[in-house]
Amino acid sequence: MAEYREPLIPMLGVVTAIRTDTPDVKTFTVTGLDGKKPFVHIPGQCAMLSIPGVGEALFSITSSPTKEDALEFSIKKCGCVTDWLHAMEPGQQITIRGPYGSGFPVDTDFRGKDLVFVAGGIGLAPLHSVINYVRANRANYGKVDIVYGSRSMQDLVDFDEILNEWSKEEGITVHLTIDREQPEWKGHVGFVPNYVKELGFDTSRTVVMCGPPIMIKFTLAGLMELGFDKSNIYTTLEMKMKCALGKCGRCNIGTKYICKDGPVFRLDQLDELPDEY
Amino acid sequence: MKKLPITELDSFLKSLNMPVYLPSDDPSGQAKFTRWAEGVQLTQQLNTVRSAKDLFFPQMENLVDFKVQDQKIEIIEHRNVSENFVIFGVRACDAAAFEILDRVFLSDPVDGYYKERRDHALIVTMACSAPEETCFCTAFGIDAADPKGDVTAWKTEDSFFFRANTGKGEKLIAGLADGDESAVQAQQAQTREILSKLPNGKLDLTGFDGAHMMEKFNDSRWKELSEACLGCGTCTFVCPTCQCYDVREFNTGDTIQRFRCWDSCMYSDFTKMSAGQPRPTQLERFRQRFMHKLVYFPDNNDGVYGCVGCGRCLQKCPIHMNIVKVAKTIGGEGNG
Ligand code: SF4
Ligand code: SF4
Ligand code: FES
Repeated sequence: MAEYREPLIPMLGVVTAIRTDTPDVKTFTVTGLDGKKPFVHIPGQCAMLSIPGVGEALFSITSSPTKEDALEFSIKKCGCVTDWLHAMEPGQQITIRGPYGSGFPVDTDFRGKDLVFVAGGIGLAPLHSVINYVRANRANYGKVDIVYGSRSMQDLVDFDEILNEWSKEEGITVHLTIDREQPEWKGHVGFVPNYVKELGFDTSRTVVMCGPPIMIKFTLAGLMELGFDKSNIYTTLEMKMKCALGKCGRCNIGTKYICKDGPVFRLDQLDELPDEY
Repeated sequence: MKKLPITELDSFLKSLNMPVYLPSDDPSGQAKFTRWAEGVQLTQQLNTVRSAKDLFFPQMENLVDFKVQDQKIEIIEHRNVSENFVIFGVRACDAAAFEILDRVFLSDPVDGYYKERRDHALIVTMACSAPEETCFCTAFGIDAADPKGDVTAWKTEDSFFFRANTGKGEKLIAGLADGDESAVQAQQAQTREILSKLPNGKLDLTGFDGAHMMEKFNDSRWKELSEACLGCGTCTFVCPTCQCYDVREFNTGDTIQRFRCWDSCMYSDFTKMSAGQPRPTQLERFRQRFMHKLVYFPDNNDGVYGCVGCGRCLQKCPIHMNIVKVAKTIGGEGNG
């Protein structure tokens, strides 16, 4: 058995690299002080990052478990802790604890399936982990389609990786879209939910979606129209968190604690919960 | 069964040679758990205003300190070590509440701050002899005439009677003289008679279970129930089973102290995020408190409700709203 650690006491980490993805999204590479990856995770799981004096907040881990040397977090600037993270320089120490949550069923339910990933804006962060995990274990999964949209071309996170790696891989088709026309943009224009409907995927596929609530809502409506079953659709929920241990009570919805039982849920599971997210 | 004349309580507590906490009246006449010292009197009141949970889960406690300098951070863990201590005079309801808190704090991953205190505590419960109208522990199968704990105590006119329930408890009272059980039995019969007549003692909670979760959640009467709620959080703070907490930081100028403090699902900022507020009005917050105690918690915990019927929220809510009214309004038929 591992040595007992007080679950609320974090360990130290260091931000070794910072990449600017969009005007308000940066990706942070984090290792332990020993230069190694702080812990092993499952795609979809999260970690608590903090700068003492500023606060602690939960972020989904963007990198795939197959990335061996560090964890990565793509973080959008939207308040206290994130503002601070965006302002700091590489070499900065932070605190980290985790991994938390249930993660996606990558080694069970997703196996052998044809997958569709649907992401809006920063919603790509948790899916990024799954997508790269699927790529690293390609033989275990069928066809992959990725539908990703953002406000503008500049707001597409991981644009280079998507263009230069994902789109070039066999069996993976990437469908990018932006909300409004831009002179230098040659691709699709329009909102994600409509695009998903236009693409009209086969209803036998497993869909994993992540993005703003409004995108989730309309994409889901479209998928229902296409005849998808809710038990084949996955998403992640966002709630205010403090402990991430299922104890402080903050993220409790119905009989579930989002920090512990989520953040990943199947849509048919969500139907059985009060609509308080 | 052991016996101790009431007049000898002080010398008994002194002989224990460890910190003892017991319910005592403060200068304003409110009973609260107080560290015993010679002259600190056991209260005559039925129960303390605040529950005994403070002794395991204090209203505020420091978790860890940090020093931040340029790009470096230092984590300063101060080991949370407790010495053995005694909580004397815990009522049956509050003792039952410890088991509910255990389900939260001692389940994986174990909360070490709580566990350290819990492991070092000896609990001497005190049977009730004069339950009040607000008590409804019986609805949860709690026997106020025979509470649990390491030692169970009964107080009669002139004596305490003690029965050890655990090995730890046995050691605690080993030095006392033996006593005759008949006085205890007589008191128990009387207490149970009172308990059987309590106005809310037979609260019917049928229908409050996971199978009826959505039905209860969607009940239209939450609106009238929650209408006058001030969101003051009094009910959560006096409640022996409420365990929600916040984690915050305080900058001493030298270190950053990360501490936790009680929080309340009745407060609007409990779930408020920059991205939105899933419980925008008091209706949702109010409903969360009672749904958690009566439906969600039992569904996750072998049917054990998150209430022990101590009656504190019945006494303290400024608008006289409480869990009994909620249960009667949207609960079982048997509530009449
Ligand atoms: S809900 Fe009210 S009666 Fe029940 S344990 Fe809490 S304070 Fe006591
Ligand atoms: S139910 Fe009563 S005690 Fe509780 S928050 Fe509302 S007004 Fe305050
Ligand atoms: S964040 Fe504390 S219970 Fe989920």
